[in-house]
Amino acid sequence: MGTRVVRTEDPRFLTGGGTYVAGLRVPELEGALHATFVRATIAHARIASIDTSEAERAHGVVAVVTGADVDLEPAPPETPILNQQMLRPWLAVDTVRYVGEPVAVVLTDTAAQGADAAELVWPDYEPLPAVVDPEAALAGDTLLFPDVGTNVALELAFGRDEALFEGCEVVVSERLVNQRVAPCPLEVRATAAAWGDDGRLTIWTSTQNAQGARDAVVARLGLDEGQVRVVAPDVGGGFGAKIGIYTEEILLGWLAKRMGRPVRWVETRTESMLNMGHGRGQVQRVTIGGRRDGTVEAYRLEVLADAGAYPKLGAVLPYMTRLMTTGTYAIPRAECDTRSVVTNTTPTMAYRGAGRPEAAAAIERAMDLFAAEIGMDPAEVRRRNLVAPDAFPYTTPVGTTYDSGDYRTALDTALAAAGYDDLRAEQARRRQAGERVQLGIGVSTYVEVTAGPTPSGEDARVEVRPDGSAVVYTGTSPHGQGHHTAWAMIVADRLGIPLDRIEVIHGDTDLVPRGEGTMGSRSLQLGGVAVHEAAGKVVDRARELAAEVLEANPDDLVLDTDAGHWHVAGTPTATATWADVAAAAGEDGLAEDARFDAASPTFPFGAHVAVVAVDTETGKVTLERIVTVDDAGRILNPLLVEGQRHGGIAQGVAQALWEEVRYDGDGNPVTANLADYAFPSAAELPSFEVVPMETPTPVNPLGAKGIGESGTIGATPAVQSAVVDALAPFGVRHLDMPATPERVWRAIVRAGEPPTPASGPAAAGTGSAE
Amino acid sequence: MKVAVTVNGTKQEHEVEPRTLLVHYLREVVGLTGTNIGCDTSSCGACTVLLDGQSVKSCTVLAVQADGAEITTIEGLASDGQLHPMQEAFRQHHGLQCGYCTPGMVMAAVSLLDENPAPTEAEVREGLEGNLCRCTGYHNIVKAVLAAAEGAAS
Repeated sequence: MGTRVVRTEDPRFLTGGGTYVAGLRVPELEGALHATFVRATIAHARIASIDTSEAERAHGVVAVVTGADVDLEPAPPETPILNQQMLRPWLAVDTVRYVGEPVAVVLTDTAAQGADAAELVWPDYEPLPAVVDPEAALAGDTLLFPDVGTNVALELAFGRDEALFEGCEVVVSERLVNQRVAPCPLEVRATAAAWGDDGRLTIWTSTQNAQGARDAVVARLGLDEGQVRVVAPDVGGGFGAKIGIYTEEILLGWLAKRMGRPVRWVETRTESMLNMGHGRGQVQRVTIGGRRDGTVEAYRLEVLADAGAYPKLGAVLPYMTRLMTTGTYAIPRAECDTRSVVTNTTPTMAYRGAGRPEAAAAIERAMDLFAAEIGMDPAEVRRRNLVAPDAFPYTTPVGTTYDSGDYRTALDTALAAAGYDDLRAEQARRRQAGERVQLGIGVSTYVEVTAGPTPSGEDARVEVRPDGSAVVYTGTSPHGQGHHTAWAMIVADRLGIPLDRIEVIHGDTDLVPRGEGTMGSRSLQLGGVAVHEAAGKVVDRARELAAEVLEANPDDLVLDTDAGHWHVAGTPTATATWADVAAAAGEDGLAEDARFDAASPTFPFGAHVAVVAVDTETGKVTLERIVTVDDAGRILNPLLVEGQRHGGIAQGVAQALWEEVRYDGDGNPVTANLADYAFPSAAELPSFEVVPMETPTPVNPLGAKGIGESGTIGATPAVQSAVVDALAPFGVRHLDMPATPERVWRAIVRAGEPPTPASGPAAAGTGSAE
Repeated sequence: MKVAVTVNGTKQEHEVEPRTLLVHYLREVVGLTGTNIGCDTSSCGACTVLLDGQSVKSCTVLAVQADGAEITTIEGLASDGQLHPMQEAFRQHHGLQCGYCTPGMVMAAVSLLDENPAPTEAEVREGLEGNLCRCTGYHNIVKAVLAAAEGAAS
């Protein structure tokens, strides 16, 4: 525990490659039909007719199915707090509401035949006005669901205190856009469905939560729980976009039944860019007030979230944003109201951080704006307002209770590791010299909620087999996180069985009926703890069995975890191996179940410092360094933790500098593939400087919090801040993301002034650019 | 059309549609599914294999264009149960997470060191520009490639 252990799952991935859904070769899928979806090419339209005759005559086509053929009820949004009248059809029937929405499905013998035949399905569209911008959607001139009478899918309003900023010496306000981005796991969505002779449906799907997917299939297809098995084989990344199971994927089960043959489907990347849930997509208004000595007294965050055409998880995430309104700061008065609206765009889902990066970006921008207004170093303003280390558990004005933290140490550690004072000196030198390439320094502090928002739990089963090896059944569902290694480490630590003799099974609802999957940085602190507890119960039971084997009193039994066997205290030569103990368990076997329910979520935190170089002639931004301190409680395997941090940092940086899902005014996507969407490569990024910090949480026996999302929460505001900081001499105080060369260049041109020697890091400016 | 290739040392001969991409041929016809498909614009490099020793994106090559060539996929890299030094470096430095980009990334890295046995960090980053990874932020991939280069040199 706590040591760098290389992954046990790696040799398989490195030699034969993983087994993802597209590569599954199982007998149940022999003779499977290929499903190809015909997708809307217009953002908002009435469907006058769909002509399938030509496609039906095409080579290899077995059937063409349209919405009129599907005898399943259209579904309301899965989350009950969302407007339940905004129904989603299985295939569009009367209206299409976003480009990419499925309108028909072609079933063919081969995938290539499907690609050809799908081109021959001719929907006749009568265009309707498209609403692409959430602010326009809120105005309600165009309604996606006219019968519903509003575009608002969810409103979280808690009352507005008109006196919130009364008495503040300084009040600053700004409109911020937290742009829509695409999660882009390297594996797109892929699903296969087959009915067995026993009347059971098996669905193989690329998901972060097989049990949740099963529940959705059961509910939507009207089946019994025992009738459905969902299997998540290797999953090529998820990042929140694969938390549930998508409409098309559930429909495969219905199609397989109707066709009397198994059906498989793998989307193309272009389909994926138009249908896999997008992330973020908030327009925010921040208002911050306080004293000129740097004390922040009041903060208001207003959120308008873009749900896309059919409200899903993305529409709920403002709730998570609200929880984290005030971030790491002890702000006495704060409020946050949110609204989520539908637009003629791809539905939004969770994306790494899921509501918390939006909160962090808002409060961190607000702190920078406040610092600029009072002419104080932004790191110093942060330090003065951080929640004190002795204030935990700390409850914020919006009612969130943070478990533990030491924000000041995180900030000071990050500043020291970055060499903050030297960076400021170099920045001053470049400004003084009027150099073309200016330096920007951005600082963020953050706190987030993991395994939340409400207390939750997870299941595990640990079994010792008669040969002395162990198997772990877990309700978590790794797709890159390394649970095979991590859970084996936990069991090895408690049982003394070597790592290579411990198997981890997940993501098959027949083998693991209960589980909540991997999302929200929940796995170690719930699933890992459940494994820890189950292993503990195995030890307790094994003590009794070993006592029988060695004919001794259980209280005298010692488990030697180094040697991996039991012996009687004082007589180390008389031993019982795990195989002996498992054999003594007889037919029942040696296996224990455990469920761990956490009393509360946990709140990881940290501080990031980003250094960017901005070419003031071209607007090009280069990330030179990023230094992060991320504290997620006690660390199980530093190698895995660092990997999680790296990946999140890259995605966080990418949002700040490059990535944005864009539509034209008619709702046509213009970033529909990986050539147009600015997914970064190794060439755009530096190596990262990650500094360890461990403040254990009292919430669970491992002392662990979640690490999976720290990068996207901390890095994005730090990098955005660094870009704005570089532009401060030009009078720029805010620049929305992504900081593309064009946007940066325009901000500089608009300012119209070269840098002046008098300009400092917190130079007074005149409002925002763009 | 007929295509005859050697894949991981084994001769293969099949009748294929002329439009069949090499990656589809390897996955669907030869049955080697280790090579993944990640995009439809030749952007991601998940399908990178070695064609006569040079890395290619196998979604950008028709199967018939590979006629007569020797192809190495991720399945053919380890020998006698021993990981190739690049595979070992990826493991030691945690250069993979979900594993989806990994086969292509490893093949591209092997090809990179073949062309430039002692690259700088910047050269590794430039050299792997055509291979996308969403999990690692590239940090540990770059570390692994540099370590493999150092290991080969020592």
